Amino acid sequence: MSGLVGLAWASLKNRRATVLLTVLTLGLSVLLLLGIERVRHEARDAFLRSVAGTDLIVGARAHPVQLLLYSVFRLGEPTANLQWDTYEKLKALPPVAWTVPISLGDSHRGYRVVGTTGEYFVRMGFGEKRGLAFREGRPFEALHDAVIGADVADTLGYAPGTSIVLAHGTARVATQAHDDQPFTVVGVLARTGTAIDQGVFVSLEAIEAIHLNWRGGMPIGRARVTPAEVPAERLQPKSITAAFVGLESRTATFQVQRVVNEYRAEPLTAILPGVALTQLWALMGGVERALLVAAGAAVLAALMVLLTTILATLNERRREMALLRAVGAGPRHVFGLLLAEAALLTGAGLALGVVLLEGALWVLGPWLEARFGVFLSPGLPTIREAVVLGGIWLGGILLGLFPAAVAYLRSLQDGVAVDR
Amino acid sequence: MSEVLRIEGLRFAWPRSPWTLEVPALALEAGERVFLHGPSGTGKSTLLNLIAGTLLPQAGAVRVAGEDVAKRSGPARDRLRADHLGIVFQQFNLLPFLSMVDNVTLPCRFSKRRRERALQRFGSLDAAARHYLAALGLGEATQASRRVIELSVGQQQRVAAARALIGGPSLVLCDEPTSALDTRNRDQFIDLLFAECEAAGTALLFVSHDLTLASRFPRQQALGELTASAVESREVAA
Repeated sequence: MSGLVGLAWASLKNRRATVLLTVLTLGLSVLLLLGIERVRHEARDAFLRSVAGTDLIVGARAHPVQLLLYSVFRLGEPTANLQWDTYEKLKALPPVAWTVPISLGDSHRGYRVVGTTGEYFVRMGFGEKRGLAFREGRPFEALHDAVIGADVADTLGYAPGTSIVLAHGTARVATQAHDDQPFTVVGVLARTGTAIDQGVFVSLEAIEAIHLNWRGGMPIGRARVTPAEVPAERLQPKSITAAFVGLESRTATFQVQRVVNEYRAEPLTAILPGVALTQLWALMGGVERALLVAAGAAVLAALMVLLTTILATLNERRREMALLRAVGAGPRHVFGLLLAEAALLTGAGLALGVVLLEGALWVLGPWLEARFGVFLSPGLPTIREAVVLGGIWLGGILLGLFPAAVAYLRSLQDGVAVDR
Repeated sequence: MSEVLRIEGLRFAWPRSPWTLEVPALALEAGERVFLHGPSGTGKSTLLNLIAGTLLPQAGAVRVAGEDVAKRSGPARDRLRADHLGIVFQQFNLLPFLSMVDNVTLPCRFSKRRRERALQRFGSLDAAARHYLAALGLGEATQASRRVIELSVGQQQRVAAARALIGGPSLVLCDEPTSALDTRNRDQFIDLLFAECEAAGTALLFVSHDLTLASRFPRQQALGELTASAVESREVAA
């Protein structure tokens, strides 16, 4: 069989226009498939890294996915709050190493405001990283300091020193503004590719301060007081939305979860973020599968083009095959030649697809990161991608079996002397 | 002299057809040059396929270099053809995607024996190809790098002859190789072919319907005279 690949290569080069179009078709479909695969994985990774390092999330009694959605992704509304006393008891449990409380309910131009403590910037992380880096400025210190995520800064054009007004509620068009107490941006977080990029972070005391003159979700018109006029205890939070919890040892996770879930004074839910994220991701599995099926169909269509390209040439190549047989090639060589062509064509299409993908990521990577917070960087195909590419290559070779078998049978029939 | 081809009691028919070809006996010695002639449709191409082992007779035997073709397996027949036969057709002799040199060395991709013989004699396949091309009047470097589809028909036939001769096969089969050539090119082609066959000790079976060529060959044979019925007629006449 030696030299067959060389012959196949020379034959393909001789039909370069058709071959290039076929390879381009396959390359583009491979680009699509790998692109979707990369984005899918990056989306899943971004999803999972949103709560990296957090062992439990505790909130008022709710469905785990609902608690996850509002505490981590700032989606939806919390059903109830968690009393500050309860939070203090939780914090005091022996296996608990750290806690980060969050208080939600306000917004700024559609971006959720997160009332929290300085621990948030130390304990929260994404991926393998622990702690949030600051692109500009510093964490909040004064009562009316605010830290903003990268998306907020980029979209609204904010920088340290910008004055902002928070709005009551989470509606994009706010009807009630806390305009009596404007905040000053003091820090901008580096991009994380998570929901953190879309947050406005202030202290828990600040959340209490802006609601000093509010009752039952509505401002009270008379007897307005300012934070400076009230004792510090009045700025102590009475309740929070949820708390992120880190444990001394992960072996205590289920023990603490049980303690929280069975807490009698208040109905609570403690979730393992990884488990809840997996449940949530499973809900989106349909979309994921649809995308993959579409990309897979594109690859299949490209492989059919490849099959057609080879089949279409078989008639005009009968003399070529007979000539090969005249110089000693057997039907198995003819079979091998066609199979080698299919392998080379598919291989070239796969290589082109990978090159196109890496080129696209090299060019578009920074823009994707800046625009969508999606971290896609060029790099060699992962093992999973290599398996997919190997599968496509195998598929191309399997499809090549058909024209190879046709050529095999014809060469048996024609021998060395096709009708010349 | 050793025998390179022997056909005995050969009978062949296509499915659901009467006998297409009957050859009671035909033999060629090493280095012999035989002109086999017959009108179109008398089974010349079929005989070629039978000698090449791509068709098998229903009766009788074809021996190439002492080997009974029909008794060998398919791959072994391919190997026998690669090792011992060089074939030149009337036209479409070359692979258009290969260079002249690559076309000439093509049999060496399939025959270890011919590759080794070419290497032994010329040192490299490239040198072997260039030797035959030069001997057949295609030696200029500019021609060697030309694409084969840019060659004239006469030049293409000479490249095909070089391919048939490389590695010293036992027998060269030519199937109407000069029918597309003018008289001058035809005579030149035959002269060069004879010279190279003689130099290599290769037997030549030249099949053509053009009887004007017959006188160039020491031995002529009409295909019709080979058939069983013709032999019987001659025996009756005698």
